[in-house]
Amino acid sequence: MKNVSSVLVPKVSWSETTAFLGSTWRNTAAIFWKEFKTYFTSPMAYIIAGVFLAITGYLFVQSISTTFPEASIRGWLEPSTTVFVLWSPALTMRLLAEEQKLGTLELLMTSPIRDYEIVLGKFFAVLVILLATLSLTLFYTMMMFWFGDPDVGPVVSGYLGIILFGASTLAVGMLASSLTSNQVVAAVVSFGFLLFMVLTDQAADITTGLSAQILEGFSLSGHFDDFSRGIIDTNNLVYYFSVIATFLFLTIRNIESRRWR
Amino acid sequence: MPETMIEVKDLTKFYGEHLAVDNISFAVKKGEVVGFLGPNGSGKTTTMRILTGYIPPSEGSATIAGYDTMTESLDARRHIGYLPETVPLYMDMTVEDYLRFLGTIRGMRKDHLKRRIDEVIDRVKLGDYRKSYISKLSKGYRQRTGLAQAILHEPEVLILDEPTVGIDPIQVVETRSLIKELGEDHTLLLSTHILPEVSATCDRVIIINEGIIVAEDTPENLAVRLRGTEQVQADIRGPSAEVIKAIREIPGVTSARHIETATGSRYNIESAAGNDIREAIAALVVNNSWGLLQLSTVPMSLEEIFLELTGGEEHEGT
Repeated sequence: MKNVSSVLVPKVSWSETTAFLGSTWRNTAAIFWKEFKTYFTSPMAYIIAGVFLAITGYLFVQSISTTFPEASIRGWLEPSTTVFVLWSPALTMRLLAEEQKLGTLELLMTSPIRDYEIVLGKFFAVLVILLATLSLTLFYTMMMFWFGDPDVGPVVSGYLGIILFGASTLAVGMLASSLTSNQVVAAVVSFGFLLFMVLTDQAADITTGLSAQILEGFSLSGHFDDFSRGIIDTNNLVYYFSVIATFLFLTIRNIESRRWR
Repeated sequence: MPETMIEVKDLTKFYGEHLAVDNISFAVKKGEVVGFLGPNGSGKTTTMRILTGYIPPSEGSATIAGYDTMTESLDARRHIGYLPETVPLYMDMTVEDYLRFLGTIRGMRKDHLKRRIDEVIDRVKLGDYRKSYISKLSKGYRQRTGLAQAILHEPEVLILDEPTVGIDPIQVVETRSLIKELGEDHTLLLSTHILPEVSATCDRVIIINEGIIVAEDTPENLAVRLRGTEQVQADIRGPSAEVIKAIREIPGVTSARHIETATGSRYNIESAAGNDIREAIAALVVNNSWGLLQLSTVPMSLEEIFLELTGGEEHEGT
C-alpha cells in the first residue's frame, strides 16, 4: 500500500505548519458552514429543535409537578438523555449518506481537501445545532432560578454532561451515516447502536461482578449519573471524549478506505 | 510546467476478482484534447477515478501535472477540474452558493472567487439562473453547473466523464461547443461512448474496450482505419520482437500491436476486410515452435461497437 498524502504528515518548518493549520481551518470551516446552512434552509433544524423542546418541556413539567418539587434540573435532564437515542440519528443520518447518494462525496474527495476536514466540519455543524437546541432549554433553568433556589454546581455539571452525552451520540450517528448511502438505514443502525449503549446500563443492573463492571463501563447513560449529581469525574470525561474520538476516527477511516479499496 | 499533464503508466485495476482496467498506459500533453472512447463498462470511469485520486490503482501509477495521484494526492487534486458521470450537485443550494462552497474548499480567496464565479457563470451561460436552487434546474442546466464547478478554480487539467449524457440534443450541441472552447485553454480528457462527439471536439482519441486500449489515433486516421478492417487477437508465447515481425510479414496484415497483459503477450492484428488470417497465424506459430495460447477474431469490430454505441442507449452508473 502506498502512502496517502491526505494523512497528516509531520511538518518541519514553522511557516509550513501555520499554512497547514490555516488550510485545515479554512476547509473545516467551509464544510461546517455548508452543513449548518443546509439544516436551516430546510425545515430540518426547526423540526428537530421543536421536537426536542416539546419532549424536554414535558419532562420538565413532569419533574416539577410533584407534591414536593425539587429545585434541580436533574429531574428532567436524566430522562432527556434517552431522547438522544432517537434524536441524534434523525439529525446525523443525512450527513454522509446523502453525499454518497448524490455523488457529491466523489466531488469532495477529489477536491484538495483532507478526509478528516470533511468529517470534522460536519460533526461541528451538528454539534452547534445540539448546543443551540440545548441553549433553548436554559429557559427551564431560568424559571427554576426565578421560582426556586437551585444549586448552581449541579446545573453546570448537568449541562456539561448532557452536552458530552449528546456529542457522543452524534459521533455514533456520523459513523452510521458513513456506512451507507441510505439515510433510513443510517438512522436505524445508529438508533440500534445507541439503544444498545444505553441499555447496557440496565443489563449491568441484573448482573454482578466483573460482567456488571464491564457493561457499566461501556454504558453511555451510566457515565452520565455523576454529572447530574454535580460531580465532574475525570473518568466520565475521559469516557465521553474517548467515545467521540473513537467514532469520529472510525468515520474518517471509513471515508478514507475508499481510497485504498 | 511539465509538458506532459496526464501520464498513466501500466495501470491495472481489479475490483475484487474483476479486472476493470488491464495494464494501460497513455500520456496527454499540455493543451491537448483527448477523447476516451469505449462502451459501457470498458474502464473509462475507473481510469478517470484513478486519475482524480478517488480510487487507487491496483498496479501502476498515474500522475497529474507531475504529481502522483496517490502519493501526492492533494497536489494532484489541486490541478484537476473534474465532472463525474452523475453530476454531483447539492439540490438544496443555489448555483451561486454551490460554486462559492466549492471554490472555498479549493482554497480560493474571497475576492478572486467572487470574480471567478461571475466569469464561469457567464462562460457556461447560467446568468439567469445564478440565484436559482439547483433542484429547480433542468438537466442541461445542471450539467452546466457541473461544468462551471470543474473550471471554477482554473485547473490546468479538466477531466469530464460523459459530459453530454442525458441532455437534450440542442443542449448537447451547445455543450460540445463549450467543451471545444474549454479545450483551447485547458488540457482536457473527456470520456464518451458517442463517436461523433470525439470527432467534433478531440485532437486525439483513445479507444478502450474491456480495460484494454485497442486504438489510439487522431479522429481522422481512425475514421480511415475503421473502414473495413478485421481484427484478430492472439496470445502467443515466444520472443515478442520476432513474433511481431513475423506477423507483420503475413500477407494481408495491415497492422499488429503487441500488448503485455496480466496473462502474457497479446497481439492485436488487423487485416483488410474479408481476409481471415487466423490460419496463417496458427501455421506461423507452429513453424516457429512458439506457443499459441489463444486465437480469436475480436468479437465485434470497432465499427460495430460504434454502431451499437451511437444507437443512443442509456448509460448506467458503475
